[in-house]
Amino acid sequence: MLKMPEADLQTLKKRASIAAALRRIVPGEGVIETATEMSVYESDGLTAYRQLPLVVVLPKSTVEVSKVLRYAFENRIKVVPRGAGTSLSGGALPLADGMVLGLSKFNQILEIDYDNRCARVQPGVTNLAITQAVQHRGFYYAPDPSSQIACTIGGNVAENSGGVHCLKYGLTANNILGLEMVLISGEVIRLGGKHLDSDGLDMLGVLTGSEGLLGVITEVTVRLLQKPETARVILVGFPSSEDAGNCVADIISAGIIPGGMEMMDKPAIHAVEEFVHADYPLDVEALLIIELDGPAIEVDHLIEEVSAIARKNKCSTSRVSTSEAERLLFWAGRKAAFPAVGRISPDYFCMDGTIPRKRLSEVLTGMAGLSKKHGLRVANVFHAGDGNLHPLILYDANVGDELARAEEFGADILRLCVKVGGVLTGEHGVGIEKRDLMPIMFTEADLAQQQRLKCAFDDRGLLNPGKVFPTLHACAELGRMHVKAGKLPFPEIPRF
Amino acid sequence: MTPTFKPQSVLELADYVALGGKLEVMGSGTKRGLGRPLQPETAIDMSVFKGISMYEPEELVLEAGAGTPLSDIEKALAKNHQQLAFEPPDFSKLLGGKHKGTLGGLMACGLSGPRRIKAGAARDHILGIAGISGRGEIFKAGGRVVKNVTGFDVAKLMVGSYGTLAALTSITVKVLPAAATEETLVFNGLSDAKAIQAMSLAMQSPCDVSGAAHLPGTPSQTLFRLEGIQPSVVYRRQKLASHLKIFGASDHLGEQDSLSEWKAIRDVERLSADDARFVWKLSLTPSKAAETVARISKQLDTQYFYDWAGGLVWLGVPRSNQAYAYIIRKCVEDGHATLFRAEDDVRERIEVFQPQTPALAGLTKRVKASFDPNGVFNHGRMYKDI
Repeated sequence: MLKMPEADLQTLKKRASIAAALRRIVPGEGVIETATEMSVYESDGLTAYRQLPLVVVLPKSTVEVSKVLRYAFENRIKVVPRGAGTSLSGGALPLADGMVLGLSKFNQILEIDYDNRCARVQPGVTNLAITQAVQHRGFYYAPDPSSQIACTIGGNVAENSGGVHCLKYGLTANNILGLEMVLISGEVIRLGGKHLDSDGLDMLGVLTGSEGLLGVITEVTVRLLQKPETARVILVGFPSSEDAGNCVADIISAGIIPGGMEMMDKPAIHAVEEFVHADYPLDVEALLIIELDGPAIEVDHLIEEVSAIARKNKCSTSRVSTSEAERLLFWAGRKAAFPAVGRISPDYFCMDGTIPRKRLSEVLTGMAGLSKKHGLRVANVFHAGDGNLHPLILYDANVGDELARAEEFGADILRLCVKVGGVLTGEHGVGIEKRDLMPIMFTEADLAQQQRLKCAFDDRGLLNPGKVFPTLHACAELGRMHVKAGKLPFPEIPRF
Repeated sequence: MTPTFKPQSVLELADYVALGGKLEVMGSGTKRGLGRPLQPETAIDMSVFKGISMYEPEELVLEAGAGTPLSDIEKALAKNHQQLAFEPPDFSKLLGGKHKGTLGGLMACGLSGPRRIKAGAARDHILGIAGISGRGEIFKAGGRVVKNVTGFDVAKLMVGSYGTLAALTSITVKVLPAAATEETLVFNGLSDAKAIQAMSLAMQSPCDVSGAAHLPGTPSQTLFRLEGIQPSVVYRRQKLASHLKIFGASDHLGEQDSLSEWKAIRDVERLSADDARFVWKLSLTPSKAAETVARISKQLDTQYFYDWAGGLVWLGVPRSNQAYAYIIRKCVEDGHATLFRAEDDVRERIEVFQPQTPALAGLTKRVKASFDPNGVFNHGRMYKDI
């Protein structure tokens, strides 16, 4: 199990007075301090880790957020920002000596501006609610993480969330125009707006995916896109994952960027088919779900082209959706992949590495070997278009050392991803889950530079400490440190 | 003449930077006129970091030295019918350079062309970087895959930082297929205000417009570019024409004319020829662009045109000591104004980039210091002391 920074006893002792001070800023039900009520906040989507926070505060306005953060800053109290708590990497895991700052009361869509194709929303609005508010005019908000019913736009910004359509339509970072954020000092900063390019350094880019370490987001301006006229899905089965991988490469090489291109391996296909009956073929090793969108005339043309490429790559089955209901059914299987796997195993870890697409079959073979080594099953769903792999490691936390083995298996998979030129996390974030693996991808110099950037926002290290970085350095120490040729004088400093 | 240092390797550059001083990071020098003027002790010639080190068309990724000429990259991409989708502009005419410049220069200045409204900006296409911080440390960030949230997005931060944070040696970008063909739908004689409405409606349609510009003149032209496979382009062009029929009859340009028209828009050719004018780049809330320009034009003799469906205005104003910064910035309410072309002494005197609020200015200063605590790189290029 990963360790968190040791709690500060002085802060723990002052719990009652801290809660009282927060109550003066956020009166009434906005401060939660009983263990029973706080238990809702003790973990996020990475449920293997739980910790009750010092106190929970739920401000309602930017002014209140600013005052809460200013108070935390002056009194050196740690803060863990939280949206809906759907993070799969432990990004919102509380600290015993830190307050959880929940944004759930920021749940309003402030403005919808069709003329400028954007909406101003509060961070606690769910991802899907944005699309629901604008779909009667044919618009939608493009990034669509699987948790879109529950996850909030503030959390999406913090994690730079993706979804199945980001190969063509981009991640959160490519779909937001502006932010309002509050620094730990209590200063309120507005970045960007309704115009396309924000001025100065790209703080908007840095904030997106910063996992709550740099500031608290209090408003987001998102881009709205017009829905394509038609979308159809082609479902293609292959006798081997290598053939499926080649098919993906050939589609891209032909200059086609599908709206979505997903792959599932045999264990995932079977788990899903038993659960949702999406009519997936069961006798294939790999299944591609390819969505093509645009005007009907273009989609028809692309379906032909993709079908030909699939045939060339020895596909064994191929079906094109003939109605919107069928298209949705084809997707229903993929979208239910996680719960489907949840049915066949008491627990599972959802991993999130990204690899260069062409290394897929090599990585899948490696993963099969690791599965044997660790004695645990794995099912794979894969955003094939952009190389983002989600291996689901099946385990039972109540059986012996399965949890520990599952964590080791996961770490091995991510090491493999980095080895073939990929990265530790494509869209779920580092959080605590991949924190200690960061040195596999980055040198001490790389990490020191990122931590210095953190210091520019939060020099007291109060915002979400213990996440993302394997070692906590004081900012003054980082300032003095000189990393020569990627190495620190004392590389074996303890990791918490 | 500023002396030039030409490092032979990343390690040599790191050692040199660690010695400190005031250094100018320079690719091929075509964009030296952007930002505030520098008084460096030494210019670092980054041209040694040149060449495409990795290009995998089927993976949509390319890695090249920061000093690689952009033309080399575009040539390599064209062979595979691919492109940098944000449509890098060529400002050699506007700024008086000899050619298009380098990949590093392009990213440092964060420049994007007309397709920005559909494909995103330069910052949306950077995947990874390697370089030297102002502390003389070699570091990297990002990677070679599109989906990557491992650590802070330092690569994005480099785009548009005008070389004030680090000297990049290597850059990895996302590349995309080029369209099979393109056509442009043209409306003649619309007023600015009508054109802004038409562009907004076009962008709200599902026609997948990849360029929307309005060129005032007699008659004015409002242009909509449609790219893709031939039957789809024709279908969307006809659909858009019907969608916008309240704005009158339309005409269209075939592929060749469309290509050259959008190149001229991309490179701001309309304002390039007239050296007598200073040029501002206004980033605006699209729906407010016409009123903003009208307010400015009431007070100044202006030449201008709109790109990005109104989100971008290129504005030429007569020469003056202050480039009319006060008037222009007062009229720009929702957005920002950058002085893009003017002599050194003018860019020295006024804020080239939109002045920031004290909180943001403080943060900017601390971010700069986190990469370059002693102000070694391009000191003062963006703001005073940054």
